[in-house]
Amino acid sequence: MGIQGMELFAIGVVIILFMAVLKQFGILEPMSSFEDNSDSDLELSTVRHQPEGLDQLQAQTKFTRKELQSLYRGFKNECPSGLVDEETFKTIYSQFFPQGDATTYAHFLFNAFDIDRNGSIRFEDFVIGLSVLLRGSVTEKLNWAFNLYDINKDGYITKEEMLAIMKSIYDMMGRYTYPCVRDEAPSEHVEKFFQKMDKNRDGVVTIEEFIETCQKDENIMNSMQLFENVI
Amino acid sequence: MAAGVAAWLPFARAAAIGWMPVANLPMPVAPTEKNKRQDELIILNVSGRRFETWRNTLDRFPDTLLGSSEKEFFYNEETKEYFFDRDPDVFRNVLNFYRTGKLHYPRYECISSYEEELAFFGIISEIIGDCCYEEFKDRKRENAERLMDDQEDNKDAKLPNMTFRETMWRAFENPHTSTMALVFYYVTGFFIAVSVITNVVETVPCGSSPNQKEVPCGVRYTVAFFCMDTACVMIFTVEYLMRLFAAPSRYRFMRSVMSIIDVVAILPYYIGLVMTDNEDVSGAFVTLRVFRVFRIFKFSRHSQGLRILGYTLKSCASELGFLLFSLTMAIIIFATVMFYAEKGSSSSKFTSIPASFWYTIVTMTTLGYGDMVPKTIAGKIFGSICSLSGVLVIALPVPVIVSNFSRIYHQNQRADKRRAQKVQKARLARIRISKEGSSNAFLHSKRNGLFNEALEFTQLPYKMNLSNQSSTEEEQRLTKSTSLLESQHHHLLHCLEKTTNHEFVDEQYYQQSYLEAGLQNYPSRSPSLSSQDGVTGTCCTRRSKKHHTPLPNASGPAHMQPLTHAHTHQQGLQELSTIHIQPLTTSRSSLNMRVDEPASMNCQSSQITTAIISIPTPPVTTPEGDAHLPAGPIHQNVVKVSAL
Repeated sequence: MGIQGMELFAIGVVIILFMAVLKQFGILEPMSSFEDNSDSDLELSTVRHQPEGLDQLQAQTKFTRKELQSLYRGFKNECPSGLVDEETFKTIYSQFFPQGDATTYAHFLFNAFDIDRNGSIRFEDFVIGLSVLLRGSVTEKLNWAFNLYDINKDGYITKEEMLAIMKSIYDMMGRYTYPCVRDEAPSEHVEKFFQKMDKNRDGVVTIEEFIETCQKDENIMNSMQLFENVI
Repeated sequence: MAAGVAAWLPFARAAAIGWMPVANLPMPVAPTEKNKRQDELIILNVSGRRFETWRNTLDRFPDTLLGSSEKEFFYNEETKEYFFDRDPDVFRNVLNFYRTGKLHYPRYECISSYEEELAFFGIISEIIGDCCYEEFKDRKRENAERLMDDQEDNKDAKLPNMTFRETMWRAFENPHTSTMALVFYYVTGFFIAVSVITNVVETVPCGSSPNQKEVPCGVRYTVAFFCMDTACVMIFTVEYLMRLFAAPSRYRFMRSVMSIIDVVAILPYYIGLVMTDNEDVSGAFVTLRVFRVFRIFKFSRHSQGLRILGYTLKSCASELGFLLFSLTMAIIIFATVMFYAEKGSSSSKFTSIPASFWYTIVTMTTLGYGDMVPKTIAGKIFGSICSLSGVLVIALPVPVIVSNFSRIYHQNQRADKRRAQKVQKARLARIRISKEGSSNAFLHSKRNGLFNEALEFTQLPYKMNLSNQSSTEEEQRLTKSTSLLESQHHHLLHCLEKTTNHEFVDEQYYQQSYLEAGLQNYPSRSPSLSSQDGVTGTCCTRRSKKHHTPLPNASGPAHMQPLTHAHTHQQGLQELSTIHIQPLTTSRSSLNMRVDEPASMNCQSSQITTAIISIPTPPVTTPEGDAHLPAGPIHQNVVKVSAL
């Protein structure tokens, strides 16, 4: 018995080695073909995106030609494929805030820039957003800010949305602050915000309430002008 | 912050508008750019090759040369570009660093030139990207090893005042240093060979008388072999004791491998001497003789290759360990399989698994003695798989060991070649000639210059009367032969001479004066040391005729002696220089300091002593002509040797 077992075992080993040799010669195809199919899918997704022409962008935004050129050069350097996906965006934005966690706020920002909600920012979206922020009127800027806070884009800022935004801003501060960020700080801040903005006390802030309140507040109006000369 | 991300800073700042409505406090004032320029192209001209890039690109790394205002030093107003007189090929990599944020190291570039360029442009080499970092580190290590080898060669120089013990140790370590050492080296080598051959021949059956069976030579000529053995062991013992005596650290010497081999080689003889009369341990005595073969390892002192082999094996310990481990695994597996495969067949030699080990080892190393062969089919199948896999398992770690050996061997070859006397001497000679060239030029021009000065001095009263042309002609004739650079250099050396109140002379003269003084010759110091020693003169040097306190520095001839060793010989000099009454310490700075204070003291003292190094009085330089005589009073250096 034992001997026959050994012989069977030997024969089994021989067959395995034979198959290995055959695979080398490519005669045994069926095994290897399964892996190849999945690779081809990946190729399609990394597509290059070309922006619209310089003239069209000039018409759509308030930047000069030179400014657009400079912006595009920086953009293309970081994202050679012409598209920024959310992960890259988060990485880039996080590098400006090394002490804290900027990913949540970056997520909200990404959604604010990604106008057509397709999951990636093209150069046009980028430039249009920047045009509003840097060269737009105060009303346009306030509109943009409202759009940022309104996470589900339904036209109303609820307390939950505001709380999420506030928490993400405080997250960017990180742990090492003076004085220490208490856990209640975001919600207190949200309360203050709603007291200021929510005129009719219905628990939500509409765009009209928002713009009206901001236009009356001197600090906010001044700070809107702050970043005029960034480019 | 990464460089490329700097391009996104405007965006981040713009996005900060999102915080504004939420904020309760006023925002700080934004920094304004003073000269807000539009982004512009700048041209970098590197040895003729023009590179253009945006200014912003360079500003990404503000702590480098190109990113900071340091590049303004290189700005060329006429051509409106930045000119760098550096290697354009390496600059390409530097500029790409600004563009992509990653520094790459090309393989074909020499490591030291690359590092120099990086240092020039203010980029630290640690920033090299991961793709090229391994290569860079390897090359850097190789270069460092090579430089270390170079330095080690220089250290071989003989120190003059070594004790007898130190000389002996040096003789043992480097047989090339003296003839005695060489003789000793060859004698010991000879005796090792003799001893080994004796051991071998001892066991050969010599011709025998017909009635007896063959006896080995050792038994037949016992006395002769014993004498030979005794002689060899005596030599080895003496050698070991001498090494022990000469070793700088006896404890460390005794622990070293070579000394252990020495001990093991000679110990059996002594043990044998002690134990000859005891019958019981004669078996052990025979075993001891085996250890005599260790004498052959003593050859490793004589053979570089053997040492390299040993060093290689040591350095490849991990690969060897891996080889051993994998072999053991394979042996156990195959031995087990073969044992069970052959269990059924009758009269099988595979009686147990350990017995199968022998078969497996013989098969895997492709020896195949044939004393154990499988008979069943399964056994044969597994046996063939065993031999095929054996080849693989052994062949895999071997190239690693081989490449290690090759690298170490080549390094040693290089070191040996450089250490070879001829090459070193030729190289030194060439360097000396080139240095002498420049110093001779100085001497030559100095003579002419002094000639010129002398002319001026003598002609001074008559300068008005004499036609200026003749003197200017002289000047022209003399200055024609020297370029502006040379004349400035000569002027500098001249100033140094004036400062120290010594003159430069050439080698032969210096040696001459030395021999006249009848003292030992020292190697001189390097010029750098001497120039630092220059003291601005003591109180009575300049115009005094009799008293002079020259400094025991080698400002003069040191310039003439190229390729000096870096040792100073303060001790030696102090034996001569008795400027200071109290004994000096050996630090140079103290020499420099002290000269000033006791100088006044020495002015009164009537005796003067001088280090031999100081320079010649004018009369001795008469070969240059009478022109020197007028210059005599200015340079007053006394060469006298006396003892206090």
